[in-house]
Amino acid sequence: MAAPSIDALGQFRLAAPMGHAGLLAFTNANEVMAGGALLTLALMVLGARPRAVVPGRLQAAAELAYSFIMDMCVDTIGAEGRKFFPFVFTLFFFVLMGNLLGLFPYFFTYTSHIAVTAALAVAVIVLVTLVGLITHGLHFFSYFWPSGAPKLLAPLIIPVEIISYLSRPVSLSIRLFANMVAGHVMFEVFASFMVMLVAGLGTLGYFAAIGPLAINILLMGFELLVAFLQAYVFAILTCIYLHDAVHLH
Amino acid sequence: MTRQGNDFLFEHRLRSARARQGLEGEPGKPGAGPGSAWGMGARVGTELVAAVAIGALLGWALDWFCHTAPLFMIVFMPLGGAAGILNVWRVMGPGKG
Repeated sequence: MAAPSIDALGQFRLAAPMGHAGLLAFTNANEVMAGGALLTLALMVLGARPRAVVPGRLQAAAELAYSFIMDMCVDTIGAEGRKFFPFVFTLFFFVLMGNLLGLFPYFFTYTSHIAVTAALAVAVIVLVTLVGLITHGLHFFSYFWPSGAPKLLAPLIIPVEIISYLSRPVSLSIRLFANMVAGHVMFEVFASFMVMLVAGLGTLGYFAAIGPLAINILLMGFELLVAFLQAYVFAILTCIYLHDAVHLH
Repeated sequence: MTRQGNDFLFEHRLRSARARQGLEGEPGKPGAGPGSAWGMGARVGTELVAAVAIGALLGWALDWFCHTAPLFMIVFMPLGGAAGILNVWRVMGPGKG
């Protein structure tokens, strides 16, 4: 038997269990995306169905989800935030479902792919720019000029502000993707330690493997926190950027 | 009594009841959960690196477009660094806590 090795990145490999259709393939990432979308839809549709004055558990969860995002929009963006509720809600739950479903064994974490998070971040920045241009017209470009700065510094400040603006989607996407990759690599590494201990120490290894197992259990709790936190960070930063676009500074 | 007055009274009673049971957190002091320091560190780090990367990319693209390598890259890398500091300042600067 070959000695077990750590294949920490194999879990992020895409597969197309349903086969290819020309260049397109419905991959395992797409399966989890569709599952997450269906779960979110089910939460809202089934949760809204009872329409009870005193909500049951599911209705309470649906109402909590609604009011959590609505409060985030209105508190961060202002009264105009209501208009962006559908976007922020979709974004938050897409990211949250990716993070949470990815914690189940044999499930794929689609938010661990930079292609997915970068596409989301680019969508955010394009929307923010369009909102700014539609609300303020060409006056939007004064966003790159802090009021009261000496005119002499314009060739320095304007490129810096533009780079700062363009770096937003980069940091937004890298933060989510790096958090997810780091968490899942740690799971894989500690799980591999268990296999290695058993392979190396025999019966004693089964007892020694309790150590990595305990770490993985602790890690699961931490990753649950990270899953919510990163979805929240993604949504709140979108709200902050939208606020900047709507109000300009 | 008006409906609004009723609501106000109920809110007041609910809040004092929650405070008695120790359910009401201190106002204006959101709980700093575990991982928030880590999160903040990671956020500041990515903001800084992302700006430098964008600066380098922008400089490289301008060079590629104008056939002036490595002039724009030399100019834009420090600007990217400055933008990174600006990003960090926006997150951590005074008044942001």
